[in-house]
Amino acid sequence: MDIVKALAIAGSATLLFLVLELIRRGRLKERYSLLWLFSSVVLLILSLSRSLLEYFSRLIGIYYPPSLLFLIAFVFLLLITLHFSSVISGLTEKNKRLAQEMALLRKALEEGKRSG
Amino acid sequence: MKILIIVPAYNEEKSIPGVIDDIRSYVPDADIIVIDDGSRDGTEMVARELGVTVLALPFNLGIGGAMQTGYLYAEQNGYDVAVQFDGDGQHVAAEVGSLLAHLRQGRADIVVGSRFLKRGDYRPTFLRRIGIWIFSMVLSMILGVKVTDTTSGFRAVNRRVIEFFARTYPEDYPEVESLVLLHRAGMAIEEISVQMRDRTGGCSSITPIQSAYYMIKVLLAVFVDLLKKVR
Repeated sequence: MDIVKALAIAGSATLLFLVLELIRRGRLKERYSLLWLFSSVVLLILSLSRSLLEYFSRLIGIYYPPSLLFLIAFVFLLLITLHFSSVISGLTEKNKRLAQEMALLRKALEEGKRSG
Repeated sequence: MKILIIVPAYNEEKSIPGVIDDIRSYVPDADIIVIDDGSRDGTEMVARELGVTVLALPFNLGIGGAMQTGYLYAEQNGYDVAVQFDGDGQHVAAEVGSLLAHLRQGRADIVVGSRFLKRGDYRPTFLRRIGIWIFSMVLSMILGVKVTDTTSGFRAVNRRVIEFFARTYPEDYPEVESLVLLHRAGMAIEEISVQMRDRTGGCSSITPIQSAYYMIKVLLAVFVDLLKKVR
């Protein structure tokens, strides 16, 4: 077994383990972990099976098969960060609405107190 | 007709009393609401002592989020007309009457007060004039009506726009962007000439490069607004 393969397996297995452990401890919500889980499983499968990796590399014209792993990791990272940006946008909007609701409720509460 | 004057204020304890006095003497039949956008000075206290209703945001949302709070209040309390009036003393309450008169004619859903429609006292620098001209060109082309003061925050709107703004109000460059969104929602926009005061204190320290950067950001935001789904 060559070093590249060993490193790839170790890397993707560690990633998968970390993701699973974070989910298990409740530190990562399932809905945010799907992309992570999927990407680490794909990477692990391709690291384990040289023939599968070579097959897909040939298919898209990559001459050095391990670079396919980089490509896949890169694409998943792009998707994950894009997902985060959209989640943050949603949270920003909700946060704004909460602040506005709070200001309106505080005013209503004060009026209620004044009128008894 | 129930009229609400929305006064957004961020650290404006010095100018707020003058602004409220001004509004009360020229538009006595309107209700006033001050939106304290998480000020760190005594804006909220000062406004309360004057007997105005204050909506205090728990932290600074920026002018867009603050203004929308006012529109939410207008929507929930059944106001027919809302007027945006800056808390920094730039706007002139004597002009509110002509905004309202134009709105009442029913041709437009929003009436914007423009500094540049007639030759007034305001003489911007050469660079600013170019910027103002570009904004005016681009916006006029998009809106299909001539607008001269795209960044003016002095406007009166009817119930339809109140409801629209309560749902959708832009955050980044709200004055310019809201015109584009309103146009896309099928609202009619009208501009009238008004006087404004020079902003007291706080001279602009923006370099030409910064203003160019600002312009590009605003234009980008406008183009994004053109692509957005408008509800």
